[in-house]
Amino acid sequence: MNRGIPLAAVIALVALSPSPALSSDCPLTSVPDLEDEVMCPVCDTTLGVAREAPQARRERAFIERRVQRCQTKAQIKSALVDEFGDRVLAEPPGGGFGVFAYLVPALAVGIGGAALALAAVRWRRPGRCDPAGAGDPTPLEPGAKARVDAELARLERR
Amino acid sequence: MLALAAVVALLGFGLSRGADGTIDSELEQGRRPEAPALRLPGLNGGEASLAGWRGQVVVLNFWASWCDPCRDESPLLQRFHERIRGQGGTVVGVDALDVSSDGRAFVRDHGLSYPMLRDGDGAQLDAFGVRGYPETFVLDRRGRIAAVRHGVVDARWLRETVVPLLSERA
Repeated sequence: MNRGIPLAAVIALVALSPSPALSSDCPLTSVPDLEDEVMCPVCDTTLGVAREAPQARRERAFIERRVQRCQTKAQIKSALVDEFGDRVLAEPPGGGFGVFAYLVPALAVGIGGAALALAAVRWRRPGRCDPAGAGDPTPLEPGAKARVDAELARLERR
Repeated sequence: MLALAAVVALLGFGLSRGADGTIDSELEQGRRPEAPALRLPGLNGGEASLAGWRGQVVVLNFWASWCDPCRDESPLLQRFHERIRGQGGTVVGVDALDVSSDGRAFVRDHGLSYPMLRDGDGAQLDAFGVRGYPETFVLDRRGRIAAVRHGVVDARWLRETVVPLLSERA
């Protein structure tokens, strides 16, 4: 009899625990969250723009079914690529020209930054036309050292 | 200089791909252009290529499940397939830019028994210069395009276009 109580408790806990599809973490994404990141391949616009096109409606339903199954955005995008190929993604795919769409601006920023840094370093470094800061100090004229010493001794006597 | 050459090359490519420089104009001049090589997965698995139907007259129909005119013409295509099957002809469907499960449901709902291929990313639409749905190409026994229909086919067009090709030799 005593063994029956923990077993009943376990069954109750399992029954009351939320299933993955009903948990608070689900749905993990939504159609509006995805529709600006994927294309309607027939319309040649993002799904968010192609509201009434028949193919866009089917694609939206395809996404909605997967949202209800608690799939992640990445999983749904992967399923869309399986259906329509890479061109369904609004962002550049992982190869070919698409990579350049990311790399070129990044390279431009990097090169620009490096050029600015180099210019700043060169600006701060004394140039050849600035003899005051370049190399050894100017030698004192003859007798100057004796005059300075005498002045210092006079000040010390005060 | 390089940039100028690139622009010229791109313009040349664009012109060569223009609608009037391709299949339609060849047909208008009485020529039968070679059909682009087509190799696609089947809608229900497997894979097939147009070369596999060489020696047959092929009615190549591009469609999608969300296309209402495609729905309208599918019973006629099914009947026509049954009619020409025994004479060395076949209808071949290409479900393009469509959700595959929707395409399979369409085939099931309309009782279509002819071979069905799947062009998920629409690459073959570009190769054939398809501009809308449905579009139908008729290939002779040597794999050359003999006719094209932009839009819904009707019984008369199929009869007048396809039946004479059935009597041609490969």
